[in-house]
Amino acid sequence: MAFIPHTAEDIARMLGVIGVNGIEDLFDEIPAELRAGALSLPEPLSEMEIGRLMGERAAIDGRPLNFIGAGAYEHHIPAPVWSIATRGEFYSAYTPYQAEASQGTLQLVYEYQSMMCALTGMEVSNASLYDGASALAEACLMAVRSNRSSSSRRILMPRAVNPTYAQVARAIAGNQDISFVPVDYDRFAGVTLLEALEAYSAQDFTALIVQQPNFFGSLEEVDALTNWAHENKILLIALVNPISLALLKPPAQWGTEIAGVRGADIVCGEGQSLGVPLASGGPYFGFMATRMHYVRQMPGRIVGRTVDTEGRPGFSLTLQAREQHIRRSKATSNICTNQGLMVTAATIYMSLLGPRGLEAVAQASMQRTGELISALCQVAGVKRGFTAPHFHEAVLLLDRPAAEVLAALYRKGIIGGLDLSERYPELGSAMLVCATETKLSVDIDRYRAALTDAMSASCAT
Amino acid sequence: MTELSLREPLIFELSKPGRGAVTQFPPNVAGSVRVPENLRRRSPPALPEVSELQAVRHFTRLSQMNFSIDTHFYPLGSCTMKYNPKACNTYAMLPEFLGRHPLGPEPQGFLACMYELQGMLQEITGMQAVSLTPMAGAQGEFAGVAMIRAYHRARNDTGRTEIIVPQAAHGTNPATATMCGYTVREIPCDANGDVDIEALKLAVSPATAGIMLTNPSTLGVFERKIVQIARTVHEAGGLLYYDGANLNAILGKVRPGDMGFDVIHMNLHKTFSTPHGGGGPGSGAVGVSARLKAFLPLPIVGKENARYRWLTEGDLPQSIGRLSGFMGNAGVNLRAYIYMRLLGRQGMVRVAEFAALNANYLMKRLQAIGFEAAYPKRRASHEFIITLKQEHKAYHVSAMDVAKRLLDYGFHAPTTYFPLLVPECLLIEPTETEAKEDLDRFCDAMASIREEMRHDPEKLASAPHTMPVRRLDDVRAAKQLDLIWKGSAAYQEPLGS
Repeated sequence: MAFIPHTAEDIARMLGVIGVNGIEDLFDEIPAELRAGALSLPEPLSEMEIGRLMGERAAIDGRPLNFIGAGAYEHHIPAPVWSIATRGEFYSAYTPYQAEASQGTLQLVYEYQSMMCALTGMEVSNASLYDGASALAEACLMAVRSNRSSSSRRILMPRAVNPTYAQVARAIAGNQDISFVPVDYDRFAGVTLLEALEAYSAQDFTALIVQQPNFFGSLEEVDALTNWAHENKILLIALVNPISLALLKPPAQWGTEIAGVRGADIVCGEGQSLGVPLASGGPYFGFMATRMHYVRQMPGRIVGRTVDTEGRPGFSLTLQAREQHIRRSKATSNICTNQGLMVTAATIYMSLLGPRGLEAVAQASMQRTGELISALCQVAGVKRGFTAPHFHEAVLLLDRPAAEVLAALYRKGIIGGLDLSERYPELGSAMLVCATETKLSVDIDRYRAALTDAMSASCAT
Repeated sequence: MTELSLREPLIFELSKPGRGAVTQFPPNVAGSVRVPENLRRRSPPALPEVSELQAVRHFTRLSQMNFSIDTHFYPLGSCTMKYNPKACNTYAMLPEFLGRHPLGPEPQGFLACMYELQGMLQEITGMQAVSLTPMAGAQGEFAGVAMIRAYHRARNDTGRTEIIVPQAAHGTNPATATMCGYTVREIPCDANGDVDIEALKLAVSPATAGIMLTNPSTLGVFERKIVQIARTVHEAGGLLYYDGANLNAILGKVRPGDMGFDVIHMNLHKTFSTPHGGGGPGSGAVGVSARLKAFLPLPIVGKENARYRWLTEGDLPQSIGRLSGFMGNAGVNLRAYIYMRLLGRQGMVRVAEFAALNANYLMKRLQAIGFEAAYPKRRASHEFIITLKQEHKAYHVSAMDVAKRLLDYGFHAPTTYFPLLVPECLLIEPTETEAKEDLDRFCDAMASIREEMRHDPEKLASAPHTMPVRRLDDVRAAKQLDLIWKGSAAYQEPLGS
């Protein structure tokens, strides 16, 4: 019996202690008319058989050469990261409610919180949220709780923010009567239009979201955007890529000091690029950091350092009065779990890379993307979409339908980019491409050759 | 130099400028791309600089300070801490699965697994359709209640503003109802742990949007009046939400769909044995009856002409929308798929059978030792509650003291002080994967602790004695917030000063 250790003798003795004749008797409180019949499920497999099946399924999917980013990025993952994260002591532990028996996880989360604050420049970080998109939704809810000078429950959501994130924010925050107002982007530069914001200056808004780099990979003028928000008593939610922060100004330093406040008020984002594999979309983890001033409005678990009864330092979950198991219907969120195992991986990743390694990853990714764009723009019918400086992603415009070109590339084992036609129809045929440090010149050459063929081939295949 | 201890310095304290795990750094890439001056970072982030061995040793040592299923019996009620088969991790981590970008062309091998998983979950729960998108139980709950709201709205039934929740419910239930814009109406349970039907009848009204129920309830007993509850709520025009926290207790024995539930969430990290990972990632798949199908969260896997594809907004225009950046915790779902295929038809039914056998055996044995079961006249489901209110009165020991002392005996503590209704309670869930010998050892420890209550209560009050730390000052943690490392000087300063 799979994973059940009971022998016939064990069962007989246990039933004897309970005082029943058979295991079925243990279900005698379930009304008879509700009892399930036989289930229609497959026969059990041995480990050898499941191994074979999964191997076959994996082989169908293969290992194409990938040039999509759009919120999930392929970086080298050091061997120690998952070798340690999948140790049973991390992998099969529960939430560290019994602090004395969970000091490993708790200290690790404290180290993680410290690292996220080092990257973002913020004062406090939580222990993580589900993913980047839901972290943005939680940041919006938090902004509504935190901004006492606004009563509008309206949030400015630039169109240059990842459109799926905007959908998720609407799905999660929309049920609490929070609305989102779009802000257009500059069709030439590919960054949020400050002039579009100026039109809203006299109105009441709760928060402005700024994604850096934005969904197009372009670098936003974060100082001007942050100052505009603060001048209008609007909270600034920064949505950032953690790898890019090794090169880019941390959100805590965006803008200048206005009324005693400088920088983003809430910082959130997708943590996947810190040692978590692409894995068809998850599990990843969302991160969130803020000013100490707002810590009691922050959702999710937080670990603090304290002392034990003998005065020795130790770690425990803290500020639990914000959470659902204490506050029930008045909690800051219904969230219970964080993404503990992914945070374990990310903390090991950041420790191995350190400040120099992380900067090298960011720098190499940016250079490779520059190399990729230059190479692809040499192909007839391909040109850059926007002029603003990029980090490790950029939009390319094609004079043929992107879907056809991408399909032709996939037949050659290349996932060439993300088709933007549905998300941004005004761009015409456009795709978003990404290269990280994992793409070498030989990969870029292969892509350029395949794209040359795809752009010159006839449509029909 | 001090003597060896279980403590491990912070990774930051191992750091020295110029050190690094350089084989992990990418080679330099020539190029001319530069970050504009006004957007550049001025000083490097304060991350540790350590060698690869230092990092490996540090995190390995930290892992050794954890209790886990792989190392300890972990009878944490309501959490279903059963064995996480190694095969589930090994085969979910095949490089083809790990390397796949979520927005690329639809991977047929992976989607075949997800499609079959949806089907198996449908069959086990008796629901009509499943979405694997929610990333945790609480997000599954959110999706479920949001679908109830969308359903009423689609019918222009806008006066329904309340969700009914029994007092014994998980805290997530009322928190979720609030997140979905509902007010919460709590109803009591009767002395035997069933919902108070009279109170329910008084609570339902044209304002009732639905009820959230766990069955077996958090009191560790099967809700016997479920058919009557379903009828009462449905007749009032409300829908029934099933919190799948305790699904392990009934796999193959009774299905939420057959009990009359309209929407359920499943905790794949409990019932289908994906890892808890020290607090996530979970996965909170939702299942629905026919009338809520149109509102399921996206994406869902569909199959057309032998090809699998993601169903999106075009397929389900009334969907409550997307809850994650891509498609939920895909890798967790893959582990659940592997687990379910390993168990198959026969194994799935045995889960509930042996979970119930272990729970009822443990309850009887602890009663024989002298502990008081909270619901002695009831069958235990897959878990049960003992209450220490007598011991609390007689020896001034608390449930927390017993929990902490159990750590010294090498057992993870049961859930304490939940459900809130039962004073000084321990909620104990052994799960089906524990052997009789381990249950017996746990009973021996409880018997021994019972002796200590009488003869040496101080030993309990000051427990644990063998962990890396003693009991922690949680008040100080919340009042003198120390949430990040602020440099070596700050750390070396004695914390007590």
